[in-house]
Amino acid sequence: MELKRTVKFEADRDPEFARWISHTVGGERIRHCLQCGLCSASCPLSLYMDYTPRRLMHLSREGFKEEVLSSSSIWLCTACYACMVACPKKINITHLMYALKERAIEERFYPKRFPIPVMAQQFCRMVRGSGRITESWLILRVFLRTAIWRLLSMSGLGWKLFRAGRMPARRDKIQRQHEIVAMLDSVAATRKELAL
Amino acid sequence: MPETGRPTNGSNAGGVRVGVYVCHCGTNIAGTVDVRAVSEYAAGLPGVVVSRDYKYMCSDPGQALIQHDIQELALNRIVVASCSPLLHEPTFRRALDRAGLNPFLLQVVNIREQVSWVHLDKQAATAKANDLVRAAVRRVFLHKPLQRRRVPINPNVLVVGGGITGIHAALTLAEAGKHVYLVEREPTIGGHMAMFDKTFPTLDCAACILTPKMTAVGSHPGITLWTYSEVVKVAGYVGNYRVQVKRKPRYIIEDLCLGCQECVTACVYKEGKTPDEFNLGLSKRKPVYLPFPQAVPQKVVIDPETCIEFKSKKCKKTCVEACGDRQAIDFTQKETLEEIEVGTIILATGFKTFDAGRNPYYGYGRYPNVYTSLEVERLINAAGPTGGELLLRDGKRPQAVGIVHCVGSRDANTNRWCSKVCCMYSLKLAHLIKERTGAEVYNFYIDMRTPGKGYEEFYDRLLDEGVHFVRGRVAEVTDWAAHPSEKGKLVIRAEDTLAAFVRRIPVDMVVLSVGLEPQLDAQAVRRIFNISCSSEGWFLERHPKLAPVRTFTEGVYIAGACQGPKDIPDSVAHAGAAAAEALALIDAQFVELEPYTAFIFEDACSGCKSCIPLCPYQAISFAEEKKKATINEVLCKGCGTCVAGCPSSSIQQNFFEDEEIFEEIEGVLAYA
Amino acid sequence: MKCAYYPGCSLRGTGKAYEESLLAVFRSLGIEVQELDDWNCCGATTYLSVDELTSYALAARNLALAERERMDIIAPCAACYLVLNKTQHYIRDYPDIKTVVSRALATVGLEYHDRVRVRHPLDVFLNDVGLKAIAAKVVRPLKGLKVAPYYGCQIVRPYATFDDQRNPTSMDQLLEACGATVVPYPLKTRCCGGSQKGTLPEIGLHLIRYLIAEAQKNGADTIATVCPLCQFNLECFQKEAGSQRHPLSIPVLYFTQLMALALGAPAATIGLRRSLVPVEPLLAAKEIAYA
Repeated sequence: MELKRTVKFEADRDPEFARWISHTVGGERIRHCLQCGLCSASCPLSLYMDYTPRRLMHLSREGFKEEVLSSSSIWLCTACYACMVACPKKINITHLMYALKERAIEERFYPKRFPIPVMAQQFCRMVRGSGRITESWLILRVFLRTAIWRLLSMSGLGWKLFRAGRMPARRDKIQRQHEIVAMLDSVAATRKELAL
Repeated sequence: MPETGRPTNGSNAGGVRVGVYVCHCGTNIAGTVDVRAVSEYAAGLPGVVVSRDYKYMCSDPGQALIQHDIQELALNRIVVASCSPLLHEPTFRRALDRAGLNPFLLQVVNIREQVSWVHLDKQAATAKANDLVRAAVRRVFLHKPLQRRRVPINPNVLVVGGGITGIHAALTLAEAGKHVYLVEREPTIGGHMAMFDKTFPTLDCAACILTPKMTAVGSHPGITLWTYSEVVKVAGYVGNYRVQVKRKPRYIIEDLCLGCQECVTACVYKEGKTPDEFNLGLSKRKPVYLPFPQAVPQKVVIDPETCIEFKSKKCKKTCVEACGDRQAIDFTQKETLEEIEVGTIILATGFKTFDAGRNPYYGYGRYPNVYTSLEVERLINAAGPTGGELLLRDGKRPQAVGIVHCVGSRDANTNRWCSKVCCMYSLKLAHLIKERTGAEVYNFYIDMRTPGKGYEEFYDRLLDEGVHFVRGRVAEVTDWAAHPSEKGKLVIRAEDTLAAFVRRIPVDMVVLSVGLEPQLDAQAVRRIFNISCSSEGWFLERHPKLAPVRTFTEGVYIAGACQGPKDIPDSVAHAGAAAAEALALIDAQFVELEPYTAFIFEDACSGCKSCIPLCPYQAISFAEEKKKATINEVLCKGCGTCVAGCPSSSIQQNFFEDEEIFEEIEGVLAYA
Repeated sequence: MKCAYYPGCSLRGTGKAYEESLLAVFRSLGIEVQELDDWNCCGATTYLSVDELTSYALAARNLALAERERMDIIAPCAACYLVLNKTQHYIRDYPDIKTVVSRALATVGLEYHDRVRVRHPLDVFLNDVGLKAIAAKVVRPLKGLKVAPYYGCQIVRPYATFDDQRNPTSMDQLLEACGATVVPYPLKTRCCGGSQKGTLPEIGLHLIRYLIAEAQKNGADTIATVCPLCQFNLECFQKEAGSQRHPLSIPVLYFTQLMALALGAPAATIGLRRSLVPVEPLLAAKEIAYA
C-alpha cells in the first residue's frame, strides 16, 4: 500500500499564475466561480479528465500551477463551449482552457511525442508556409512525429478517402503568401512592444 | 411679523437680523475648514447681528445657543453652516420653532459633505465656505414664514392580495378597530400557502394553520372581503385615496350561495374537462366549481369560457334546478365597479414561481415525469388530484426521485438572485416523499441555505433519514441511457463536487425546485399605486434595512413576497410591520405636508395649459371659469417641474422662489 | 446582394462533397456568391491553442478582404464560422487585440472596420430565401427519408445568432421543407470530439459511438451534418465504434447534399460517390431518384 503525503503550503502556490489567470482575456470573472459543478456536468469529456473543469478553475485561481498545467483536462477539452453556455456566473471557461493550453505549450508541460501540441505546432507551420491547411499532409506530419505505426493502421481509411477524392495529393497554397508572413511577424513585434 | 427685505449693495434694509452659526463637527469640518475664520468673516456681512462657531451645533447646547440668541438678540433669520441639511435641517428647524421663530426662516449651508469632506487644500476650502455662507446670508433675507399644512387621515385601509400576508395584515388592522377592504383577484383568499401540504420547519399542515385565519377574515365585521376583484384605479394622496375596484362576475349571487356544491354535482358535464388551476392542471374541473374545499368565501364560481350556457345559450341548466329555492345562480350578472375611500393601502400581491419550461435542459414539458415543486405539493396534499398519493402521470409509483435545487435562481441566464425558500422546501419535500413512499430520494444542491429559526435543525433531521445529498448543480435531465440500468428512466447528470467526479443517477421522477419571481403584472400594478419596482421587478422598499415596508409614496405600504422572496414567518412579520406603520399613520389622525409646494401667479398665467401634463402627480388642473391653471397644494410634492416648464414664469415654488435662488447665486459669485 | 463564399481548408479536402453540394444549392436557389479571393486558413480551433493573438490576426485578414469587396461572408464550415465570429467579437471587446490586429493588417495594406457580417448557409437559406420558396423548388421530395439533424457545437455555441442555442431547429425546418422526416435527436448539439479522434483515439471513439447509436435508435436512415469534422468523425469510424452485437452503419451526409438532391441538382454535384458508407442503396429503397 503506497502512502502519499499531501498538504499544500502557501509556498506551493504560484501567485503569479493566479494573477495571470485572473487578468487574461476571459478570466475576469473567475473569482465569481461558486464551484457549482455545472461545467463539469455539461462537459462531454469530463469523464476522462483527472481534474474536472470546476476543479481546474479553482486550482487555477488559487495558483496551483503544477497541478493545472500537467493535468490531462486542458488537452481533453474540445472547445465545444457547453460549459460556458451553462455557467450561471458567465465565466469564459473555454477561453481559459485555450489560455492554459497555450501556456502549457509555451512552458513544455506535456509528455514527449504528445500528439496535441505536435498537431498544433505542425498546423501553425503549415499556415506560415502555405496559408492554408492540406489535411492529408498535416496528418502525415503529425503521425510521423508521434506514432508512425498508426499511419499503417489508418492506411485503409486513407486509401478509401483518396479514392473518393477527399484526400488531394497536391498542397493547397494561397497566392500572396508573403502577406501571411508579414502579418505573423507584425503580431510578434506588436506583442513584444505592448508586453502582451 | 418678521419683515422680509432685499439688501441693496450690502446695506441692511427692513430690519432683518441674521444669526450665523458655524459648526466644527468635531474635526470633521474644523480639520479642513478654518471655522473660526469663517465665523469672523460672516460677522462682517450685512445684516448679520451675531456670528458664532461651536463644536457640535446639533447637540443640545448647540441648539440652545441658537434659541438663546433668537430670544436675547431678537434675531429673525438663522444661517447654520454644518453638515448636509438631509441630516439636521429638521433639528435646527425645531430649535427655531421652540424659540418662537418660524422654522422656515432658516438656511442650512453644507460645509461638510460639500467642502471639508471633498477638499484637501485648507485655504481653498475655507474660502469656499466663506462664499457659501455669504450666499446663504443673502438668500435667507428673502425667506418667507411658510406654514405646514395638515391633512386628515381616513382610518379605512385597503389591503390588496389575500395570501397569508394580506390576511395577517387585514386581521391585525381589523382587530385594532379599523375598517379594512381586502381585495383578492382569485375567487378565494389563501394564496400560495393554501396549495402547500406541510410547512417547514415544523411540518405544520398548511391548511390547518391557514384556514382558521381565512375563516376569521371571512367573518370579521371589520373586514369587507372582495374576492374575484381587482383594483383598477387609485387617485388621491396619503390619507385620502379614492380607489376603484372592479368586481368580476361569478354568476352567483354571493349572499344567497351556501357553498353546498349541489350545482357542481348536477352540472351537465359528467366530469371535469378544464384543467384545474388550483391543482396546476394535474386534474380537471367543471365550468362551475369551488376552487378548493376550504375556500373563503365558500361560494362557487362559474367560468364563462367553458360553461355551455354562455357559449350556446342552450344548456339544460341542471345547476339552477339543483340550487332550487335559493336561486343563487344568475347568468345575467355583470362586472361592477366599486369606489371606496381609504387612507392607507397595503400591497401584498405575492409572487409567482419560475416557469420551469424556460430551462430546456431539465425537460419540463418534454418528459411527463418532470414536475415542479408546486405540482408535487399538490400531489402529496391529501385534498389534491391524487388524494395525497405520490403517483406519476401514468399512475405508477416512483421508486427513485431526484430533487433539483436552484431552478431559475442564482443563474445569470435566468434570475441572479437566491429565492431563499427553495432549499428549505426541497428538504421538506425530500422528507415527505421519503416518508410517504419509501423511494430513494436525491437532493442536488449547490449550497444548503437554512438560516431561519429551527431550519438548520430541520436539515440535521433530514440527514438521519437516508436521503442522498449530492452537491452539484444539475446539467441535464435526459432519457437516453448510457448504461443498461438507465433504460426507461430519467437520468440526472451532475458533478458530485464533494467527491470530484461526474455522476449519472437514474430516477423515475424529477422534481424541479423552482425559484420565486415577481408577478407577471408587477409593473402594471405598481403604476396603479404610483410606487417603484427594483431592477429585478420586485416592489421597491424605501430602505432595504431601515424601512422594508414603506415605499417612496406616503400611505402606500408593501408587505410579503411582493417585496422579495420570503418564507411564511418572514411574510407574517412583514405583514404585521406594514399594519403597524399604517396604524401609526392612522393614529396620528393627520399628516403634515411640507410647504415646498408650487403656486401660480394668476395675473401672469395665460391659460396655455403647458404645466398640466408635466405634473407627475396630476396636481394641476384647469379652472374653466377663470381659464387659468390651478394647483392642488395637497397633491403637489414640490418637484419643481411645472416651475421650470411654465413659459411665462407664472409658477413659483415655496422656499425655492426665483428671487431666492438668484440671490444665492449672486452671493456665491460676489467677491467680498 | 452578392456574398463572399469562404470555403475553409476542409472543404477542399475531406469536405469536398460539402462544397460541391453547397454550390449546387446556391445555384438552384439563385444565391449569387463569389469565392473570397486568396482567402487564408482561419486557424480553426488549433491555432487558438498555440497563439490566440496570431489566430485573430489570421482570421481578420479574411474579414478585411471581404470588407474591401463590400461583401458579407458565408462560411459553411462550422469551425470557420465560429472563429470568424469570435474574432469579430474579441476585436470589438478587447482594445489590445484590436491594436495588434489592426497593425498586422496595415502591414499588408488592409483595414477592418467591423462592417462584415459572417453568416452560415443555414441562416441564409432559412431567413433570406425562406422555407416557402425552397419548398416550391423541390423536384425530388425526400419522402420517407428519416433524418437525424446533427448540429454539433460550433454553430450554436457560444454565438447563437440565427437559431436557438439549446434546441436549434433551422436544419430541421429546411429538411422538412425538402420533404424529409426529421426524427427526434436529443444529442443534436453534443460535441463529436472534434480532432480528439486523431489525437486521443479511444476517447474520440466513445463520443462518436453515442451519437451514432442514438440516431439509429431513433429510427434515422441518415445523419445530416453542418461541419466537415463532424461528418468525418461520424462516418469514418463506424466499424470501430460498433461491436459485433451492436453494429453501427448509417450514411452521414451534409445537409446541403440532401437539399441538392431534393432541388434536382445534377448527380455529380450531390457528391454521393464521396461517401464511405454507401448512400445509393438507401435512396433506392426509398425510391428517391438521384440521377
